[in-house]
Amino acid sequence: METDQLIRTLAADNAHRARPVGFVLALALLAAAPVSVGIFFAGLGFRPDVMTAMHNPFFDLKFAVTLALAIPAIAISLHLSRPEASLHGWVWLLLIPAGLLVAGISGEMMLPQRLPMMTRLVGSNSRTCLTAIPLMSLPLLAAALIGLRHGAPTRPAVTGAIAGLLSAGLAATLYASHCPDDSPLFVATWYTIATALVTAIGALAGSRVLRF
Amino acid sequence: MREREDEWTGLMRSAISGDSAAYHRLLKAVTPVLRAAARRGLARAGQPVDQSEDIVQDILLAVHLKRHTWDANAPFAPWLFAIARNKLIDSLRRRGRRVFVNIDDFAETLPGEPTAETAPASEVAAQLRSLPARQRDVLQSIAVDSASIKDTATKFAMSEGAVRVALHRGLASLTAKLREQ
Repeated sequence: METDQLIRTLAADNAHRARPVGFVLALALLAAAPVSVGIFFAGLGFRPDVMTAMHNPFFDLKFAVTLALAIPAIAISLHLSRPEASLHGWVWLLLIPAGLLVAGISGEMMLPQRLPMMTRLVGSNSRTCLTAIPLMSLPLLAAALIGLRHGAPTRPAVTGAIAGLLSAGLAATLYASHCPDDSPLFVATWYTIATALVTAIGALAGSRVLRF
Repeated sequence: MREREDEWTGLMRSAISGDSAAYHRLLKAVTPVLRAAARRGLARAGQPVDQSEDIVQDILLAVHLKRHTWDANAPFAPWLFAIARNKLIDSLRRRGRRVFVNIDDFAETLPGEPTAETAPASEVAAQLRSLPARQRDVLQSIAVDSASIKDTATKFAMSEGAVRVALHRGLASLTAKLREQ
């Protein structure tokens, strides 16, 4: 086929309108959310004292941290779905959850504690944390990658990594309501390791499936 | 340069709001620029520059299928060049690997296998043959016989809507096949 013929054919298809990437991403995430929520209720469930825990600011901080990761990651991934996008000026958004954690850790340091620091860091639930967050992330990660495939990311591995952060942030939000460990030291250690794992999976998968 | 790029942006805005003639003009206008870039890229990679047309068509297909990622408030050229650079790097890499594989697995190369890469712009045409019959017929009618959507609908006793769907699906699967090859 000659290039002129191809151009004529493309022009004939001009009426076709694709949905915005944000719409497809939202749809994919909404479709995957019940799967992750299903895993949550089948395997974990809310912690028994969730009603009283809600009055503990360190319990609430976990949600602030995980959502402060998930929401900017959604924004960055949408930004990166445009071919000419650069990370410049966007990466600092990812410092918000880190800043919240640092603030939480220093806050906890200033309060008198019943448990020694290492005990709070090691917690009682780290193994569940390291399995549950990645497991609940996977359906969301797959959905995010499907949504972002609709875009034109020219940095597929980076975009995949951000999709990993996004899905880990959402999965960790779910997990936080089960997790009996509220110390920001625990969150900074184990949630971070779980998130890093999902981010690596996202980068690896993204470098394959996000090329267009 | 600046003027030309402003013109492209204007044409793309008209295209998005439904002006197919503007879209046609835009694609015609950017093609020589893409071709020159593809030739430069091939030359720099030490590969025959006569393969540039396949890369140009690859870029044009990507531009078409990803044009919803262009922000109508942004200039068009940076978006176009980002897509073009991405596609160029991809095809150079693919070609590079293919050359390497051919040397290494020489014995496994079937005799009489068509040397498709050396002929200019053969890849789209080759993938066209592997499309489902309906998509292929519609694409061929519009591309090669330069029939309109309406004429194509009459020719194959299809509705115009069905022709449009087959046309778009055909272009999308062509692109997918080119990526996987």
